Amino acid sequence: MIQEFKKVWKQYSITMLWLLGLLWPLLGIHPDGTLSFEKTVTVWSYILAGTFVCLVIYIINSSGHLKIFTEPVVGTTRKFSGIAQAMPSWIWLCGLFVCAIIYPLLTGRYATDVAINVLLYICLGLGLNVVVGLAGMLDLGYIAFYGVGAYTYAILNVNYGLAFWFCLPFSAFFACIAGCIVGYPTLRMRGDYLAIVTLGFGEIVRIILNNWMTLTNGPNGILGIKPIGILLPVMENGFTFEMFWVKKLAVFYYFALALAIIAIIAVKRLNFSRIGRAWESIREDETAAELMGVNTFNYKLLAYAMGAIFAGLAGALFAARMRFVSPESFTFLESVMVLCMVVLGGMGSIPGIVLGVIALIALPEVFRELESYRMLVFGSTMVIMMLFRPAGLVPAKRVGMRSEERE
Amino acid sequence: MDSFIQQLINGITLGGIYALIALGYTMVYGVIQLINFAHGEFFAAGGYVGVIFLSFFTGLGYMESYPVLCLTASFLLAMGYCAYLAVGVEKIAYKPLRKEARLAVLLSALGVSIFLSNGLMLTQGVYDKAYPSELFQGGFHFGNVTVGYLQILIVSLTATLLVALNLLVFKTKIGMAMRATAQDKTMSALVAIGSNRIISLTFAIGAGLAAAAGIMVGLYYGSVRYDMGFVPGIKAFSAAVLGGIGNITGAMLGGLIIGMVEIFGAGYISGEYKDVFAFIILIAVLYFKPTGIMGENIDDTRV
Repeated sequence: MIQEFKKVWKQYSITMLWLLGLLWPLLGIHPDGTLSFEKTVTVWSYILAGTFVCLVIYIINSSGHLKIFTEPVVGTTRKFSGIAQAMPSWIWLCGLFVCAIIYPLLTGRYATDVAINVLLYICLGLGLNVVVGLAGMLDLGYIAFYGVGAYTYAILNVNYGLAFWFCLPFSAFFACIAGCIVGYPTLRMRGDYLAIVTLGFGEIVRIILNNWMTLTNGPNGILGIKPIGILLPVMENGFTFEMFWVKKLAVFYYFALALAIIAIIAVKRLNFSRIGRAWESIREDETAAELMGVNTFNYKLLAYAMGAIFAGLAGALFAARMRFVSPESFTFLESVMVLCMVVLGGMGSIPGIVLGVIALIALPEVFRELESYRMLVFGSTMVIMMLFRPAGLVPAKRVGMRSEERE
Repeated sequence: MDSFIQQLINGITLGGIYALIALGYTMVYGVIQLINFAHGEFFAAGGYVGVIFLSFFTGLGYMESYPVLCLTASFLLAMGYCAYLAVGVEKIAYKPLRKEARLAVLLSALGVSIFLSNGLMLTQGVYDKAYPSELFQGGFHFGNVTVGYLQILIVSLTATLLVALNLLVFKTKIGMAMRATAQDKTMSALVAIGSNRIISLTFAIGAGLAAAAGIMVGLYYGSVRYDMGFVPGIKAFSAAVLGGIGNITGAMLGGLIIGMVEIFGAGYISGEYKDVFAFIILIAVLYFKPTGIMGENIDDTRV
């Protein structure tokens, strides 16, 4: 076993020595002119122990010695999936739906708050999935559209007193316009250039939000946004309607749930439509797609607009929930976080993205005391996923086969 | 007029710094066609290691007796550290993905960038770290125009590094090997040029230059921050694109232009929107002349 994995062990020990050399100047050299080694060695040995355990498990697993433990697990999961496949999938979906409905009744305010976050990010992740997963364009300024949606509702509501339901289409519309504005000049580029330009565009939007004092109130943000209002029939003295403001989180949860479900259905339908096929063909080979008669420019622009619409809707809902928007909510790191969810779950796969969002929103809430390591984990997750499982946790199912697979 | 000349001097200083960072982007892109998102973090790490060593020397008391020696040592150590960091990063996160899809390497690079900036934050703290400020106070005065000693240092050091790099790339055997690898990896392998070593070397040189720029920025603005690599990174990338990505002379020219535009834009148009100008230039260049000002032969896959 040691012999077989000699190369792995060698690489691992070189990496660890490299890391030690990297850590020491940062931790061991002090401004008062002293040198120390204890802190460096402590931090390093923690990392060493953690990675060592992971590596040993990985090696035992790939050499097949872990079968004693994995076989029963695999057996039971197979049994379960056999049962799952025996029943039609709508039963499972209904079960999930019922769970989602009764969730706020069973849990407290805090858990509901987290769940709302998850639902909003599902919407965002699915929108980004259209751009990154289906059309294959890396968008690093995606959060800008979320910001445009949120600010549209905030400004229309605070300055003109317009209601949420009236502003919602406007949020989607302006986000869509923003998507077309960034899409139109950038779609001639491919891959990496697109990533940098969208990143720059995201920063431009944030800087504008930060500096356009008369419209956005700058870094102070906009306060006093009205929550969602719905008209409820009242039977007391005759039949009248009364305005009901959704201030309770548990009620708001259902709106977020509705939006997430709409997004899931819409993305699924898009994926299996003619448009989705066109997007996937662009992702696989743009030149070939164009030769087959796909209007690549229009479809790429459409992908941008679609992604932006989802972000705009989620943004409006975000503004209605927080009742306060400020440019700080729409930084580059937020874009990266959404991207990380899509990458972790699996680009192009809807259940994967839902899983990715839950993993990256709910797990940090569980491990609250490790909060400061969150972005560190996000970064390394992205690298590790790319190295070992580029298709994500739940890889998207391919439609059809490549010619080489068929043979 | 005085203020114009003052702005020009400031612009050259800033432009030189951008040019140093842009060179790393353009060299890496030239060799393996990857936008190294982590390059901005190499720059930030350089700034941090510089301040660590400078304050270490100050603490030992050498700074007063041998200031030039200490400064040189800090520069060399920071450049060496970043070269070491970059070579490792390339081996761990980029090399296994060289044959994969472009998106995979790009995402991996982004992950490294986030990881490094947060690693800096965790080891060095969230707050600004101040550079020893007593260095290079004052300057020459010509009427209302002031040329700080620090600006002279930065410009002359930048010029030295750029000339040295040009000599390395265009006059030595190693430089010839680098250019050969950039043009055609298979052919250069056939004439016994080890592409892996050349790629490592490219990363090391790029990161070393970025580290030098990091110390200069730290000295110039007086402090460093863990997330300071982000915005200069994009601006330097804009500079590399403006000059024609993959082209070393172009990156130097592009850096100077971006620095000038930023300073003049901040001075004459609006200080609040100074970060926007570089992005607008980037988008405009990519739209109207994707090959940049100096770039000539770009195949279809690049843009």
